Amino acid sequence: MELDNIEKLLEKYFEATTTIAEEQELQTYFSQKDVAAHLEQYRPMFNFFSNAKEERYTKQVPLKPRKNYYKWISVAAVAVLTFGIYFGNQYRERQQAEYAYQETKKAFELLAENFGKGTEKVAYLQEFEVAKQKIYNNN
Amino acid sequence: MKQAEFLSVVMPFKDKLYRLAKRLLVSREEAEDATQEILLKLWAKNESMAEYKNVEAFAMTMTKNFCLDRLKSKQASNLKLVHSNYQDESTSLQKQLEAEDSIGWMERIMEELPEQQKMVLQLRDVEQYDFDEICALMEMKPTAVRVALSRARKTVRQELIKKHSYGIG
Repeated sequence: MELDNIEKLLEKYFEATTTIAEEQELQTYFSQKDVAAHLEQYRPMFNFFSNAKEERYTKQVPLKPRKNYYKWISVAAVAVLTFGIYFGNQYRERQQAEYAYQETKKAFELLAENFGKGTEKVAYLQEFEVAKQKIYNNN
Repeated sequence: MKQAEFLSVVMPFKDKLYRLAKRLLVSREEAEDATQEILLKLWAKNESMAEYKNVEAFAMTMTKNFCLDRLKSKQASNLKLVHSNYQDESTSLQKQLEAEDSIGWMERIMEELPEQQKMVLQLRDVEQYDFDEICALMEMKPTAVRVALSRARKTVRQELIKKHSYGIG
């Protein structure tokens, strides 16, 4: 009775008129150990199908969140640029001020040096005064 | 659509994509590449994915078309010669090893089928899609699907009986 049914199903199967449930039935029949000898030849077919179903895709797929990525990169770039320009300007101004200060200082130093020389020479005048006083006192 | 969400949609059928690709392209590496390509294409479209009623059917159609294109371009290019030469050697070695292995026979019998029958058989007997889904996927009429399926099954049977009665082929 069972075998009869399977034979009928097989016939329908090869005409492609079986339903999925009926095909499932065939698959379970052929997956068991004792299959009727004259049906043994169909066993590889059904075993193959249930076997093929077990194959898995195991590779990892590199999914990158690309849209957000580019957006945030550009935001970061703009931020860096703005800061760069702002602080860069500040830095340059400071440098310029420093340079002007150094130059002025140099100029003043020059002036001071020359003044120094002037006062050295005036020191001799002092000597003259002393000598003059001595002469006056002696007389 | 977030990555986790996308994966939860795609996970259940990614193996089906791979198996279909492998059925058509035969080589495991190529099937893996094809599957990755399809998944990345889907990911690139993930914004509009919610609009598709059936993402799985859509992805299967994409895979089918991608693999058929792949086969066509491979046939057109010179690369095929090199590739098939290389493949031949490995399969002949495999053939010796698998000589007794009935699953190996089946694999080779399926390789011999015309592409359309191959796909219909894969979709029905391995993935157990119902006829409406196969019709939509293959862009075929129901009767044409039945005819293709019946022919594919009968060819497989014929080949198996041949192998069975001759012993090891």
